Amino acid sequence: MKTYAKFGALVAVILGVLAWLTLGGISESKTYFKTITEVKQMGDKAQTQRLRVDGYVVPGSIVRNGAEVSFIMHQNPAMRAADTVRMKVVYRGIDPLPDTFKDDAQAMADGKLGADGTFQASKIQAKCASKYEAKPQMKTDANRAGM
Amino acid sequence: MENIGALSILLAFCLAVYAVIGSVIGKLKKNPFLVVSGERAVYSVWILLSVASGLLIYSLITGDFRLAYVAAHSDQTMPAIYKFTAWWGGQEGSLLLWAWLLATYSAVVVFTNRKKFRDMMPWVTAVLMTTLTFFLILIAFVLSPFGVLEAGRGNIVEGMGRGLNPLLQYWTMVIHPPMLYLGYVGFTVPFAFAMGSLITRQPGEAWIHTTRRWTIVTWLFQSTGILLGQGWAYAVLGWGGYWAWDPVENASLLPWITATAFLHSVMMQEKKGMMKVWNMVLISGTFFLCIFGTFLTRSGVVSSVHAFAQSPIGKYFVYFLAIGIAATLYMILDRMKYLKSEARLESVVSRESSFMFNNLILVASCFAVLWGTLFPVISEAVTGEKISVDAPFFNRINIPIGLGLMLLTGVGPLIAWRRSSVESLKRAFFWPSIAALVLMAALAVFGVYEHPYALVSFGLCMFVTATISSEFWKGSKAISAKSGVGLIPSAIELTHRNTRRYGGYLVHMGIVFMFIGYTGAAFNQDVTKEVAPGGSFQLGHYNLKVTNMQQGENDNYTWQKLSVEASRGSQTIGTLEPAKRFYKSSQQPTSEVAIRRRLNEDLYLNFAGVSNDNQRAVIQAYVFPLVSWVWIGYWVLAIGTLVCLIPSKVRLSYARTQVLGVAEKHAKVTK
Repeated sequence: MKTYAKFGALVAVILGVLAWLTLGGISESKTYFKTITEVKQMGDKAQTQRLRVDGYVVPGSIVRNGAEVSFIMHQNPAMRAADTVRMKVVYRGIDPLPDTFKDDAQAMADGKLGADGTFQASKIQAKCASKYEAKPQMKTDANRAGM
Repeated sequence: MENIGALSILLAFCLAVYAVIGSVIGKLKKNPFLVVSGERAVYSVWILLSVASGLLIYSLITGDFRLAYVAAHSDQTMPAIYKFTAWWGGQEGSLLLWAWLLATYSAVVVFTNRKKFRDMMPWVTAVLMTTLTFFLILIAFVLSPFGVLEAGRGNIVEGMGRGLNPLLQYWTMVIHPPMLYLGYVGFTVPFAFAMGSLITRQPGEAWIHTTRRWTIVTWLFQSTGILLGQGWAYAVLGWGGYWAWDPVENASLLPWITATAFLHSVMMQEKKGMMKVWNMVLISGTFFLCIFGTFLTRSGVVSSVHAFAQSPIGKYFVYFLAIGIAATLYMILDRMKYLKSEARLESVVSRESSFMFNNLILVASCFAVLWGTLFPVISEAVTGEKISVDAPFFNRINIPIGLGLMLLTGVGPLIAWRRSSVESLKRAFFWPSIAALVLMAALAVFGVYEHPYALVSFGLCMFVTATISSEFWKGSKAISAKSGVGLIPSAIELTHRNTRRYGGYLVHMGIVFMFIGYTGAAFNQDVTKEVAPGGSFQLGHYNLKVTNMQQGENDNYTWQKLSVEASRGSQTIGTLEPAKRFYKSSQQPTSEVAIRRRLNEDLYLNFAGVSNDNQRAVIQAYVFPLVSWVWIGYWVLAIGTLVCLIPSKVRLSYARTQVLGVAEKHAKVTK
């Protein structure tokens, strides 16, 4: 039985270390998903927590300035430039922006809110709205027509 | 045409259901005709799904834009090969591919085993067809690939189609999805055999022997799929990464991890009759993770850069997984007494124990990845707040896990079964340890000590390389001394005598090479510069001079191209030409990166854009040390896996090292 005790002890040590790494890793890299409206309501907390904000790129708002890229994000895809729920985002990360990042694309910005109210992003992900699949609603209609 | 396609799928669904019922009732009522009719139904399902797939491909290639699927994923101007690949470019088509592959696998399984395993086969057929039925429900009733656009019904020309995303129009993307699918789908077969063996209360390893080749081939497909994805991301996406711990990537990694654990732990069962329950759990886990992976990529439950649609099929997957897992769990618990271990762990320092730790660590890594991937879903359910974790979390856990595995890769194969003496450990590991320590000391002197993980990783890579080399060296020397042939023919002879063992070493070597490549990432360098033609900048020891900026246009896209002259010291080493394209039909820009690939490091240039005044180009330049070794590692791994599949020249009996008494007591099956 001694073998099993030794074995069990080793297993416990390994799992303990991994659990410790897991917990540390979570607190280190956790990011809260927020909408633009929610970020605005968060107040000072938005400046300390890592956030991931979801929105759409206002057409014509992307400005490149050296390694820095800024753009304006809005919340409702249907309203485009008329949407008043907006947030300015500045990106200074090292990775290039994805090719799908352009006017009207759906974008996700990771970072923190700066003191001046602009969002300081360290990572941008984008999907190009038109290119991917249509909403499920349209799908079922198409199916019904086919059956 | 679309009616024939939809009808084929519907008929296939009916026959798949029949195959399940026929096989099971035939088996229970001992009616061989019914069993055979169930098997024939499997062939018919394959034929019907081939017809449906053929029709879809035909519509894609001829551009029948009345079909919603064709309109959404094909485009008249696309090259034919991409029209073909549009088969799996979207949701419905890829589900059809899944179903067709499973039908193909099932037909092969049923055909090759038509005279064997008469006891188990009806159940195997039933499990395979139940899984297939699930996918056929999806494409027959929920997401039909043959839906017709309403606009197209009155012969209104629907336009040219939206085409395949230009980012995906790249050679590795042609084969990446089917490779992954071949892997995903393939694990259904060993799972079906495992279940067949459980249901028929077979105490032995018949299911493992029969499915060994199958599992290895499937594992190779999956490895290939994952690596192709990495190669694509590296060469196309413009940030030079190959892995971002994105949910969809994780989805492909999870079953790969459990399958790797399974490939190792079956050896314990074959050799020692141990870990029988565990193997059942692993193969079932792999199968359900494959289904889960399909669910993750196909349902939009977690947001991902791979950006598949939100879709209504999520709940079906949840039902299938819940029922499947519950049934499997019940089966394993109920048949526990047939899965008793025939031997006991005798020492912590033994081959058995190294296998167990290997499994423990792999499964822990699988859990960590799964946990991280589902964290947004879990946190939302528990706290109401959606919280995600990303790359730093995964790296933090998986780097130490990877290093631990590397250590076991070196130690495991050389350690003796049952127990190892201190003497034998010294003999086996003295020189490999010295080699690793010398390398680490040398690297530390050159400044690598700033990256402790990288230092340890290189040391372990050296350690494993040394142990594997010593294995080949000892074996070949013995053969060479006996037969008088050279060392290299002896090494080949050695490998041929026991392909499983030495092929396995080659696979391990491939993993070592990949680790070298991954470790290189600790030393990546990058810089972003805005440069006018004629200007230059520095990155590491490279001097980069922009000599020219051109633009032009063709039917498909407009383009801008940079010519960048790279030099080191006073020596010019070549011109790189990163470009940007803007595709007209899809209105999408793409970056065509320029890479100078070398074994020691890659120089990687991305033309990120043009400054607002249109005078200067924004360039992102990277140096990626050792990254080529990832791809080299893959080839070594693939060759090693193929070697494992060659039958060994010397027929190995795999005699069990039995411990008298203990084995007998535990092997006895009490009915």
